[in-house]
Parts: sequence; structure tokens; C-alpha cells
Amino acid sequence: MDRRTIFPGRALPALLVLPQLALTAVFFLWPAGQAIWSSLQREDAFGTSSEFAGLENFASLFADPLYGAAVARTVLFCAAVTALSMGLALLFAVFADAEIRGRAFYRTMLVWPYAVAPAMSAVLWVLMFHPQIGLVGAWLNRIGVPWDYKLNGAEAMALIVGASAWKQVSYNFIFFLAGLQAIPRSVIEAARIDGSRGFYRFRTIVLPLLMPVVFFLLVVDLVYAAFDTFATVYALTQGGPGQSTQTLVLKVYLDGIVNADIGSSSAQSVVLMAGVIVLSALQFRFLGRKAGT
Amino acid sequence: MTSRLLPHAVLGLAVLIFAFPIWIAVAGSTQDAAAIARGDLSLVPRLSGFAVYRDVLLNSSAGAGPVWRELLVSFGMALAIALGKIALSIPSAYAVAFFRFPLRMAAFWVIFMTLMLPVEVRLVPTFQVMSTLGMVNTFSGLTVPLIASATATLLFRQTFTAIPDELVEAARIDGAGPLRFLFDVVIPVSGANIAALFVILFVYGWNQYLWPLLVVTDPHLDTVVIGIVKMIGIDTETAWNKVMATAVLALLPPVVVVVAMQRWFVKGLTEGDK
Repeated sequence: MDRRTIFPGRALPALLVLPQLALTAVFFLWPAGQAIWSSLQREDAFGTSSEFAGLENFASLFADPLYGAAVARTVLFCAAVTALSMGLALLFAVFADAEIRGRAFYRTMLVWPYAVAPAMSAVLWVLMFHPQIGLVGAWLNRIGVPWDYKLNGAEAMALIVGASAWKQVSYNFIFFLAGLQAIPRSVIEAARIDGSRGFYRFRTIVLPLLMPVVFFLLVVDLVYAAFDTFATVYALTQGGPGQSTQTLVLKVYLDGIVNADIGSSSAQSVVLMAGVIVLSALQFRFLGRKAGT
Repeated sequence: MTSRLLPHAVLGLAVLIFAFPIWIAVAGSTQDAAAIARGDLSLVPRLSGFAVYRDVLLNSSAGAGPVWRELLVSFGMALAIALGKIALSIPSAYAVAFFRFPLRMAAFWVIFMTLMLPVEVRLVPTFQVMSTLGMVNTFSGLTVPLIASATATLLFRQTFTAIPDELVEAARIDGAGPLRFLFDVVIPVSGANIAALFVILFVYGWNQYLWPLLVVTDPHLDTVVIGIVKMIGIDTETAWNKVMATAVLALLPPVVVVVAMQRWFVKGLTEGDK
């Protein structure tokens, strides 16, 4: 949507965009270019010299079974976090949309977790699920259910999924609630008069009208699960036990910063960038569609 | 009757899921560290135990500095990021929305591209750039790279393009130049958006973990989020009551900001799409 009336001049607008362009160039384009450059280099063991290696880093990355396992693990993790946080949020939003007493209270109580840092959600979950001090964790061990996410990979995975989804429910809740409130009451009334009820009415009338929100959140949640959960996972398990909770972002960090394997870490960064570009393109399409409806 | 009770049952359960961990943190913070370590965590707060808050605020504990300083760093960082992003993105969004200059779309797309490059995916090279610039272990290193992203610019551009052409026309007939129009019309009518964005960005800045972890090794620049993860890292000798007290203190500021500005913030999220 372009406007008809615009201000004349070239120097002023250039001056206005310049600060942001400068910061973008220094802190985004330069490192991104650097990542692509490093991913094509081979460094010697001491990191003193490097030579052009073409796609060698990528070839060895894709040949590495550990990387394949990390990809599969990340996909599983993202799917679980997205499904859990969207499912719960939709359930809560449907009930919070109803005309009930104490609605405002419920909404406030469901919105505030948005403010919780991913790392803080990890801390809160330690207090609940630590095998010795956690309220639930210690209780499980007391009644004879062996629970120690520091030793058991499946339990560790369940824990990071839970902690990551827990934090994201409130974000999804806000969007679902807004989406539900945007549905005209007359549509719901008409369905009610036609005799459609309860879950059937929800599935056939409400859910289709909510689909744009669902698609939007799907992309946002996948990006959240893939990237923003670094702090949650790192604080809870550091990727362990073994590699059972090592997601792709954690692997970039461990390989690049901790083990200083620049070539492989850069190649991983480039692959991730490609992933984000695909997800952003999808989001852009759905946002465009949403604006159109 | 069941249809009346069901929403309360579901929402009550939801409130429990979200509020319970906080209750544990508050109750646990007042109890004896040794008792918690044994797994004897009581859900009833011990009134005499609230002195622990004074203790963690003022004194360094194992692995982390005094919490007042960490809170100050977090607050400074969140404020700098929120204000910095707003100050940077209003002019650039204004330029893109109200002027037609060469390379306008190119500039817009360069800024837009940053959305696709979260710091998590360009970790090592960004760190290398920071050390080249000598910004490792500085407050500006902590904040400036996070200021330069496009979300706020996109949001403002959307808001600005919604300003009716008639308003621009009227201002021009009255003889107002572009800067005057920006300060007297555009910024005042965007007040609610600026407020909503401030909440979102403040929370975003406060909640950062990976970037401060990477760019700061000086404990004087530890944020409270970094500090608390350091505290739970050393498992065997963790003073759990201090961890819980710090957790409560670290949660309070962003939660208060979100709850206090809930209406604007929800509006900003749902209308701005992010």
C-alpha cells in the first residue's frame, strides 16, 4: 500500500535510515558473510592458517551421523514443543473466551508467563523436577518411580520439552484469544440456532476461521523451539546426558565456542540460516494471506 | 450445571500449572537450605526466612555476585535495548513510509533480512566481529548488537502507512516540514504502539541469555539471568533457598511490566504480529 502524498528530499531520508543500516551492516551482514566465508575454509590444527576448501565442511557435516542424529532430535523436539504449547493454549483460550465469572483474573494469570525468560523457566523446572530437591522429582523417587533426568536421556528430553512448551503457552494463548474474539458473534449465534453444538461447532465453524492464527503461530513456535530454547536446554541439561538433548543450536555453540571447530560450526550456522530463511518465507506468505482476509 | 463448571475447572488447572512453580520458589526461598537439599521442601513459607532476600541482594554468593548489581545490569540492558530500538527504528520506518528516495526498497530489504539472522545462527562470526571491534566485555557489546534488528522497524512502518494521506496533506498545507510532522503528528498518534513495543522489547532485553553468556566474561557485567544459571550450575553445594530468592527477584521486574501494561501489550502483540 503506497501513499500518494510523500515528502520531497533525498538527504533527510538517507540520514534517517543511515543509523540502522550501519548497525545492520556491522552486526548482521558482516558476521553472516563471515559465517559463509568460514564455512568454505579449511583451518589447520592450530588455527593459524586456512585455505579454501569448497563445500568440504558441508560434505563432512552431512556425512557425520552425529549431525544427522542432532537434526532428527531437533525436529522431534520442535514438533513436540509446538504441538504441546499450541494445544494447551487453544484449550485455555476457548474456555477463557467464554462468558464466565473471573475472566479478567484468568486472563492475567495466563498472560504473565510471557515475561519469564527461557533460562528462568529452566530454573523453575529444576525446582519441580530435580531428582533430589524438586517437589515432583523427589516425590517420584520416593514412591518408587526412578526419575533422574541427569542419567536418563528420555526423561531429559521430556523435561526440556515440558519446560520449553510451558513458557510458550502464554504467547499462543494471547493470539488464540484475540483470534477467537475477532470471530463475529453472529456467526456463532447462527450455528447455535442451526443446532450445532459443543465440539462439533468448534471443529466445523470456529477452527476454520482460526486457521490463519494457527499457521502464524506454527511458524513462530517452530522458530522459538529451534532457537530461543537454547537457554532452557543449556541451563537444564547442557545437552546431556550424552547427546540426548543436544539440539542444533546447542551443537553450534558447543562445536564453535567450546571446542573451537570454526569450519564445522560455520557450516552448521549457514545450514541454520537457510532454515530460518525458509521459515521466514513461509511466515511472510501467511502474513500476507492474513492481511488479505 | 457441568457446562458452567467445566471452564472454571480447566482454567483453574491452567492457573495452577503456571502459578505453582512460582509458589514453590517463594515458599522455598524462606526455608533452610539443608532441608531443601534433603528433599524436605515445605509449601508453607517460613516467615522468619524472608531475610534471605536481603542477603542475596547485598552479598555475593557462590559463583555469582550480589543480586542488586545483576538486577541493575539487567535493568540497564533491557532499558537500553528497548529505548535504543525504538529510537533507531522510528526514523528508519518514517523514511521508508513517507519518502521516495533512491534505493529505498533496497534499504528496507537489508533491514528486513536481519529477521532471518538471529544471533543463535551466526554465533561464532558475531563473536569474532565483536572482538575485532574491542566490544567484548563492555556494556555496549551487551546491548548494541541486539538493538539492530528489524522487528520494530516493520511494526512502525505498518503503523505509519496506516496514517491517512489527508493528515499528511493537511500538515503540508499548514507548512509543516517532514521533521515537524514526525514530532507533532506521527509520534503522538503512535503512542500506544510505542508503549506496547516498549513492553515487548523490555522483556526481550531482560530475558537474553545466549548473547550475554557469549560476549561477557567479566562477572561485573553478569545479568541476573546469567547469574542464576551460574548458581544452579554447581549442583552439590547449591544454596537452594538463595537460588529461589534470586529467581523471584529476577522474575518480578518483567512480570510487573507485562501485567501493569497488559492491555497495551496484548494489543501490540496481536495487532503488530510479533
